[in-house]
Amino acid sequence: MHSRAAPLVEMTGISKEFPGVKALSGVHLKVERGEVHVLFGENGAGKSTLISILSGVFRPTAGSIHIDGAEVNFHSVHDATEAGIGTVFQEFSLVPTLPVFENLYLGRELQRGPFLDRGAMIRGAQGLFAELDFDIDVTRPASSLSRAQQQMVEIAKAFLANARVLILDEPTASLTERETERLFTFIGKAASAGVGIIYISHRIQEFAEIADRISILRDGRLIATVPARATSERELIELMTGRAVDQIYPKIARRTDAPVVMTLEEIRTAGVLGASLQVRAGEVLGCAGLVGSGKSRIWRAAMGLQPLRAGKVTLKGGDVTGATTRALLKAGVFFLPSDRKSEGLQMTASARGNIELSLLDRADVTGLFGFIAPRRSRALTDVIGDKVGIAQGAMDRAVSKLSGGNQQKVLFGKGFGNDRDVYIFDEPTVGVDMGTRIALYQLIKQIAEAGKAVVVISSDLPEVMNLSHRLLVFAKGRISAELSGEAITEENVLKHFFADTEKAA
Amino acid sequence: MPTTTAVEDDTALRRPNAALSALRSVFLRVGVLPFFLVATIIAFSLVSREFLALQNLTNVARQSVYLILVSLGQMLALVTGGFDLSVGTAIALTSVVSAIVMVALSHMLSPDLVWLVIVLGCCAGFAAALVIGCLNGLGIAVFGVSPFIMTLGVQSVGAGIALFLTGGVPVSGVPYEFGDLLGFGRILDVPVPVLIAIVAAAVIWLVMNRTRFGKHVQAVGGNIKAARLSGVNTTKVLFTAYALCALLASIAGLLLTARVGSGETNLGGTIALESIAACVIAGVSLHGGIGRVENVVLGGFFIVLLQNGMNIAQIGSYMQMVLLGSLLVLAVILDQVRYRLLVGER
Repeated sequence: MHSRAAPLVEMTGISKEFPGVKALSGVHLKVERGEVHVLFGENGAGKSTLISILSGVFRPTAGSIHIDGAEVNFHSVHDATEAGIGTVFQEFSLVPTLPVFENLYLGRELQRGPFLDRGAMIRGAQGLFAELDFDIDVTRPASSLSRAQQQMVEIAKAFLANARVLILDEPTASLTERETERLFTFIGKAASAGVGIIYISHRIQEFAEIADRISILRDGRLIATVPARATSERELIELMTGRAVDQIYPKIARRTDAPVVMTLEEIRTAGVLGASLQVRAGEVLGCAGLVGSGKSRIWRAAMGLQPLRAGKVTLKGGDVTGATTRALLKAGVFFLPSDRKSEGLQMTASARGNIELSLLDRADVTGLFGFIAPRRSRALTDVIGDKVGIAQGAMDRAVSKLSGGNQQKVLFGKGFGNDRDVYIFDEPTVGVDMGTRIALYQLIKQIAEAGKAVVVISSDLPEVMNLSHRLLVFAKGRISAELSGEAITEENVLKHFFADTEKAA
Repeated sequence: MPTTTAVEDDTALRRPNAALSALRSVFLRVGVLPFFLVATIIAFSLVSREFLALQNLTNVARQSVYLILVSLGQMLALVTGGFDLSVGTAIALTSVVSAIVMVALSHMLSPDLVWLVIVLGCCAGFAAALVIGCLNGLGIAVFGVSPFIMTLGVQSVGAGIALFLTGGVPVSGVPYEFGDLLGFGRILDVPVPVLIAIVAAAVIWLVMNRTRFGKHVQAVGGNIKAARLSGVNTTKVLFTAYALCALLASIAGLLLTARVGSGETNLGGTIALESIAACVIAGVSLHGGIGRVENVVLGGFFIVLLQNGMNIAQIGSYMQMVLLGSLLVLAVILDQVRYRLLVGER
């Protein structure tokens, strides 16, 4: 059917400069009809910029884009949509209060005379969802849909505009296994109908299942385009990072006789249906699982960040069930939240100010009536900044002006102000560059080897596998496996990612 | 100074840019106040020569005491990310309650005990304002009501109570000594209200910059979730901020009562708007987390200076309302721009 030589999408020599930053330099990308093409790379490698250019959000500084062999010049997302490029961004663009069909037709409403043709839109939406094999009541408000369903509506929106190229930005990040499977089935169908699919993901394990080719980006450059089935995960990681895997993850010495520091017993909370675990001093306990598996929420509940329905939490032998976050922090637990912008940092305050906040309970920093000793505080924040590797000049700058890597270092720095026994890191390296990543892993190693208990919760499978002495795999609100030492292999972990789903359903 | 002409050319070319970026960094650091202040001084000194006379400026300083005190409290609320519309009510209630108590006690106690009467009256005034502040704190910190609705509601409640207590008639008959000291008194030739404002500003400066509570207030306004995750008792901080705000307004209420010599329900009429304007113009961000005490003092001074200038320029009081409201909106727009520049858009 598509016998013409010109590829569906051809991006040639794409460069993009932002003030002070070169986000992309000379990237080539070719997508054929019916191909599922994965873009792979770290955060900040340029994947988002590349698809933003293809979908008309940004204009490239240099380079050209051809669709079906004809050069195009997008000035807006609208232009790109007209040319058949549909994009499902990570951040959804649904209006929560409007029903599904109105969301679908937002901006291209069907009208009869001066009035909206409600019936035609509902029928159109139902027809489209039937065609896509999505089961959604189109009159429900978007806010009542699950994330997966919202995503399906987004995809449907793209198809309503007759997309020939579908760009999916990390579509499975918040989907359950079943939803993921349905998405993959759908992607397969769309591809066999000749739609070109550009798929951005961090989940290496998905690639073999759906991808035809993988393009790896690093530091704004295209490193390689490789066939998906002939490339191992190790090769992909090394292409992505430019380093051998062994250089990234440090060997962390494990104490064998270590005492239990913190226990969680039969925890029940939203998203967790009864799970028990223990954390030992001097060991790194990993928690892996899909988004929504409960790996993070069990800790948030234990930390008093979401209501604990049942269960018991002990710290150093004492019962701290239902204790406030404040009390737990004072009792020697450090919790690093996964979203540094919304939960971690005061964005308009300086790096120093952010770190200082964690020092204010120290007797040598604040004395009588809570008066702060400014020099002491300054000296301590300098020491911490030095330890986590924040450049001197960055200490007094607003955190919002720092790079993601430096922001994450500030967040880590908040854990070094006081002596703690347990360090819980929820997604410790999300959105940071490889150099920072390695530095943060070294910090985790230091903490663990100093005899502290460390918990690493991560959606980054290689990270959590390589750092952990003991790895808990979460699935559907339960712990589906506990792996230790040599037993921590990709195969074992993945096997248990979905382990409990059939039983629960 | 430059050694070669090439360098000279270069600096000459860059000079306007450098000036612009200097202005920009002033704007980012302290906000719009320096620009407004310069514009006001230039404009009104052109209108009248007496505007910049020492006598007039001293007068403005004395008159601005009340607004500065309220603005200091308003700043606390703003830095936590909220605001307090009920400061006027705190002033009115303080005035009415303290006057009623003083009048009642001076009938009961012997004239020798006049200072006891005054102290008890002041305490009663503080207590009344504290009730207002605690109500705000309770609603906002404990029940999570939006500061706008909470303080708006409390403003009505307080104003109603003040009117109910007095029937709308000023409470006269407060001891002469009260007005003599707090209204018109001087210590070392400095008016007592000015002294009190200086002390209050110094204390609030210390609290905001040198105490744990101050840092916690900034943290709560900057990012309340992050503050909670850093072990800050956010409920207590919010509650205390609104209580302190009412107390500072209460001090202004007592000073005003002393000045006019009677308890009045209309003393704090427009002060909510004026104090928010003073703070925002002084660079306190409506987004919370940002605010400097020394600038707020200057901001309160600026508003009164502006009013004084408008009086000298014979601008009618109705027109003054128009200008003040517009100025507030302009300042908020500029705050928005500044916040975007600070946080950065990416």
